[in-house]
Amino acid sequence: MNQQSSLWSDAWRRLLANKAAVAGGLVLMILIVLAIFAPWIAPHSYSYQNLDLGAQPPSAEFLLGTDTLGRDLFSRILYGARVSLLVGFVATAVALVIGVSWGIVAGYFGGRVDSVMMRIVDVLYGLPFIIFIILLMVIFGRNIWLLFAAIGAVEWLTMARIVRGQVLTIKNQEYVLAAQAMGVTNMQMFRKHIFPNILGPIAVYATLTIPQVMLLEAFLSFLGLGIQPPMSSWGTLIRYGVESMEEYSWLLIYPGLTFTITLFALNFFGDGLRDALDPKISSD
Amino acid sequence: MLQVILKRIAIAIPVILVVASITFFLVRMAPGGPFDAEKVVPPQVMKNLNAVYNLDAPLIIQYRDYMFNLIQGDFGPSFRYPGRSVTEMIFTGLPVTFELAFYAILVAMIIGILAGVVAAVKRNSMLDYIPMTIAMIGICMPTFLLGPILVLFFGINLELLPVSGWDSLPGDKILPSITLGAAYAAYIARLSRGGMLETLSQDYIRTARAKGLPEYKVIIKHALQGGLVPVVSFLGPATAGLIGGSFVVETIFQIPGLGRFYVEAAFNRDYTMILGTTIFFSTLIIFFNLLSDIAVLLMNPRARSEP
Repeated sequence: MNQQSSLWSDAWRRLLANKAAVAGGLVLMILIVLAIFAPWIAPHSYSYQNLDLGAQPPSAEFLLGTDTLGRDLFSRILYGARVSLLVGFVATAVALVIGVSWGIVAGYFGGRVDSVMMRIVDVLYGLPFIIFIILLMVIFGRNIWLLFAAIGAVEWLTMARIVRGQVLTIKNQEYVLAAQAMGVTNMQMFRKHIFPNILGPIAVYATLTIPQVMLLEAFLSFLGLGIQPPMSSWGTLIRYGVESMEEYSWLLIYPGLTFTITLFALNFFGDGLRDALDPKISSD
Repeated sequence: MLQVILKRIAIAIPVILVVASITFFLVRMAPGGPFDAEKVVPPQVMKNLNAVYNLDAPLIIQYRDYMFNLIQGDFGPSFRYPGRSVTEMIFTGLPVTFELAFYAILVAMIIGILAGVVAAVKRNSMLDYIPMTIAMIGICMPTFLLGPILVLFFGINLELLPVSGWDSLPGDKILPSITLGAAYAAYIARLSRGGMLETLSQDYIRTARAKGLPEYKVIIKHALQGGLVPVVSFLGPATAGLIGGSFVVETIFQIPGLGRFYVEAAFNRDYTMILGTTIFFSTLIIFFNLLSDIAVLLMNPRARSEP
């Protein structure tokens, strides 16, 4: 127990020493707070249309200007953060649940179970999932919860591979063999010995999955197959921005900038977390 | 060697058939028929339409007929564009999408490998940091943002390059190819840097240097082959991403390729078109994954003996 807590405090120290990761983490925290408190922070309604105020450039009244229907862009970006971040976290959670359980079962039981399960992962890897998500959205309607589930169902494959690899290594460690010899049940083994030890890689990979998931959602929304109006994610805002960028370039620039900065922050934070938790595998 | 390749092919064929079957039944689960969209048609017309498109047969018979036609390369008629077959539309759009993807990969390989190899050789210098920072930006910047920004800058502000169409104005292929290729250039730069760094630390490279070969020969004749293995194994899975990217790029630049047809079909709920293109894209991706697996086997002698 003692050694475990020192592993996490070591990692914490290394994370704080990494400036890019700290900056990324701060940006993320600010974004999450802004998203949660959007209804109180947003100066205007995200859906109220006032055509008299259509496409106003940024001003003191409308910090980032208004869109062609007179909606305040700053408020829309704030509300968009709720949708985009929610998709990021929920879909990643779905991917985590599927991937971690799959990987643990495959790695722990090994043998035939393992080879069948991993062969399935290999085959699924080769499939064009973007196309299947589009297919699902078309068939079952453009429902936000379906979007979460569909994206999550795509992103679990790598997680399953990583977890399986970790479990395989841990399984053959002496303390696990000792526990096995003492007659510890499978369930206890997962909880006490295996799960705590794969938590690090899971945390790292989950952080790196979030930006991928957000990209996927924005991609679908950009094509008009994701989030439907009046709700809007950053992808939807970018889509509208592109439609009117010739005259009103701020409608593209601000949502695009917000989105890119967020992806940067997530990637830097994820990389920092990886370096902190496992200095051996850090990329140089 | 040949056995390994045949085994891969033997796995790929049933996978394609399973994918086709799943897609077929998924599309048939979609609520509403393809014709109940805009106007109400008399029951007799509806009946005739269903008969023409083989929708009155039991599902299992429809499935049998569809799969049978599929094996012969016939994807059936388009629901939205009467008189046009899905096969015809695929073969109208495909050459355009292929050309776009080819230029994009060309751009990505040239820029990516050059940047990656230079970064690895000149490790921890400015020639390493600057390209790798740009690569990081390239990976973070999504295609659907990069495209419009390039259009705004080079097309609208500077009026240097055309911003839409394909084969209609000189230079109209430049922006789409760069937009689609940029992210791959970034990935390839990172992969080739990593691969080169690993290869350059191998014993046979030290041997090559020890026997007095000039550095550029060591790199070109000895290190490149091993160093670029990660790039080759990335190219297969990259096809899937390229197809997804072509949806965006063809939409932004109004290119009449298969990607835009697919997005339009998804919008219009043209079920046969969606069904056909999904199966087609899946087959294409499985095929390219197979190709890149084989290429890796050929490039890396040690992988050959492994199953």
